[in-house]
Amino acid sequence: MSITPIIEQCRARLEDPEFGSVRQWKARHPGGKAVGCFPVYTPVEIIHAAGMLPVGLFGGGTTIELANADARFQSFVCSIAKTTLEMGFQARLKPLDGLIFSSICDVARNLSSVVARNFSEFQVEYIHHAQNMTSPAAADYVESEFRRVQRNMEKLSGGAISQEALAASLRTYNRVRGLLRRLYEIRRESPHLISTVELYVLVRSGTLVPPEEHLQELEQVLELLPARQGRPKDRVRVVIESAFCEQPPLDLLQVVEDAGCYIVDDDLLTGWRWFVEDVPEDLPPLRALAESYIRRSVYSSVRHDGPRPRTAGLVEKVRRAGAQAVIFMPAKFCEPALFDYPLFRVALEEAGIPHLVVEFEEKMWTFERTRNELETFVESMLFD
Amino acid sequence: MATAGKVDKDRKYQSEVNDHSKRIMTEYYDQLGAAAKSGAPAGFLMISGNCVEILRAFDMHPVFPEVNALQLAIRKQSLPMILKAEQMGYSSDNCAYVKADIGMLVSGGYGPNGSIPHPSLVVCNYVGCNVYVKWFEHIAEFCKAPLFMLDVPFLREGDRPSQDDITYVVRQLEELIATCSRITGRPFDMDRLREVLAFSAQAEEGWSRAKALCKHRPAPFDAYFDSINMMGPINVLRGTRQAAEFFDVAVEAFEALVAQAAGPLPAERFRTIVEGPPPYPYYRNFRNLFAAWGAVAVNSTYSTVGGLWEFGFRHDPSRPLESIAEQMIVENLTNRSLTARYQQIRRYVEGWDADALVIHSIKSCRLFSAGQGDMREYFTRELGVPTLLVESDLEDPRYYSEAQMKNRIDAFFEALEHKKFLQQA
Repeated sequence: MSITPIIEQCRARLEDPEFGSVRQWKARHPGGKAVGCFPVYTPVEIIHAAGMLPVGLFGGGTTIELANADARFQSFVCSIAKTTLEMGFQARLKPLDGLIFSSICDVARNLSSVVARNFSEFQVEYIHHAQNMTSPAAADYVESEFRRVQRNMEKLSGGAISQEALAASLRTYNRVRGLLRRLYEIRRESPHLISTVELYVLVRSGTLVPPEEHLQELEQVLELLPARQGRPKDRVRVVIESAFCEQPPLDLLQVVEDAGCYIVDDDLLTGWRWFVEDVPEDLPPLRALAESYIRRSVYSSVRHDGPRPRTAGLVEKVRRAGAQAVIFMPAKFCEPALFDYPLFRVALEEAGIPHLVVEFEEKMWTFERTRNELETFVESMLFD
Repeated sequence: MATAGKVDKDRKYQSEVNDHSKRIMTEYYDQLGAAAKSGAPAGFLMISGNCVEILRAFDMHPVFPEVNALQLAIRKQSLPMILKAEQMGYSSDNCAYVKADIGMLVSGGYGPNGSIPHPSLVVCNYVGCNVYVKWFEHIAEFCKAPLFMLDVPFLREGDRPSQDDITYVVRQLEELIATCSRITGRPFDMDRLREVLAFSAQAEEGWSRAKALCKHRPAPFDAYFDSINMMGPINVLRGTRQAAEFFDVAVEAFEALVAQAAGPLPAERFRTIVEGPPPYPYYRNFRNLFAAWGAVAVNSTYSTVGGLWEFGFRHDPSRPLESIAEQMIVENLTNRSLTARYQQIRRYVEGWDADALVIHSIKSCRLFSAGQGDMREYFTRELGVPTLLVESDLEDPRYYSEAQMKNRIDAFFEALEHKKFLQQA
């Protein structure tokens, strides 16, 4: 057996514009509720512990035409905000009962208000994630914020969330994230065994099913991978950075690989892989999550982390991955990503790491220019 | 058919109060210039829901990069600075306020050879705007200055902050006080902070009374364009005796105008509410386009980015840190949701008896602009308030098109005048 059929099944799931897997889950769980999680990070454990289904909400990609949303949000606003709103107007969000946004940027914040105003059928939650990682008061605050989310999720699900349920959800997601870290490690060590497109499809489709189901797929893939045939090719090892919210089209990731790159690390879907190690299982669950948000999170363009700047984080990531270059892949108009570039650039230049900027939009469908730029970049690396 | 009137392009609007504001703001810049040379302690802050009172209690010079940026734009010096930042890798789609300020920083505008002191401490009052976080990370990095990230939870549930949110901010304010004490080498003096807060409350009282006077017909001043001249004293100089007295004098001057039924224009033909910051590079041109129609702003949202005192909140010397925390979390425009802003505007339209809403949508500031199309929908479709939406930028002159702007504004007021005529007929 090969991993290909699993990947194909995952791909079909994520390319289904109607959230088929969520509808199926609801059919199997009458009265069950689903909660859409807009990027970047959502404490999905709380939703899961309430017996609800957390669902990754990453905009409409290439599957939707704007008919209403561009009258609400201006031309200089990123695509994911508009396609997400458009999904509401075109009743594509129907399988969802709740929507969670968080304090990642000014657009996401206003989007959450506009969604709440236009679609009263959803319970809309807005999380303020802490930006102060050094204050002794921060963990208390984050814990109180997660408690507030818990209360609201209880309201949505119609039942209390027990400590036991939270602890069990925490263990489940620890396992999911642990296996994802393992898969990332394998790709880092043997990128010829699993392509980034495959890995991405696997991770993203996992945001559309219960974690228990996702775990089974991950376990299967991990079991089958070592037997996969293939030899390492002479390719440039790169890290993709800045694609943490709006997601690049799969074809763009394919173009990067086809141009002669091994993507050995990335920040795609980073919110679903948020912690660098397991969330402690021996603390009260929300305290453990809060402390982990402060101490065990990956570096991110949407999170200030005073003593550990992201510039150092990126250089370290490149070194750890044994990468030779960085491809910055910010979404068009993404302020958090675009603002980080000038400082990242300086840090990389000081560390002698070359980089290329490839700006994208989720709806992009021609890649010729990007392909040329990537090929030229790869050639300059290979023959340097 | 009605047309726009002729406006002397160099006309002087409401001069007495504006001149007074200019005078005390110039004194402030002079102090900054002197501090830049002497190296006296300076603390950087953002305007929105700021805690300038804490810095004042330590006699640190408060520096506001947003004010630096807007000064560059008003003096038509912003573009070269923006271009300098873009050469460093800042995107053409990033906030131009940041780019102009960073461009000035790397051109030597900070420190002994410039007009702005080098920061002894960069205090990022993260109040709503996420760009603030980036902006101050960059300033701290380029200046190698310590950064204090003052995380203010967004007002996200109901109209009041939770006790958890208040406690979080108060605890950080206590840490900020300890940091300022360490940097200045001075002990914290609670009595001094209470004195500063009393001056703040006095200024806030005057500010509120002034804005309430615009309920009169005609309004004694333009609560968008002239309010901007009062935003320096209320947001930058708040907590000083000069600022408190400035508002006492201003209120007196405005009351006298009300008694004479005099406003900023010869005739007040339309009363507007204005949403969004102004195009600073073309500030006067923009104002004249409205003046030509006798359109006076009777209230504005931009004037409340620093604080919402007009609805009753005052800093309270008897609850020093709690009242500072409340102001940061709930009593300012930027830390409240977009739809809370709809309600603020609605209150203005009704309470200030306005004819129309004007939305100036700017590319730089998504906090203000993202979703303003939805705001227009709400006001036109649901409330039936005539609404004009125009686009440009607050800092980058490349996004302002005078001809296009004039066409839109003229067409809007022409239609509004026609509507008024039909109603009267």
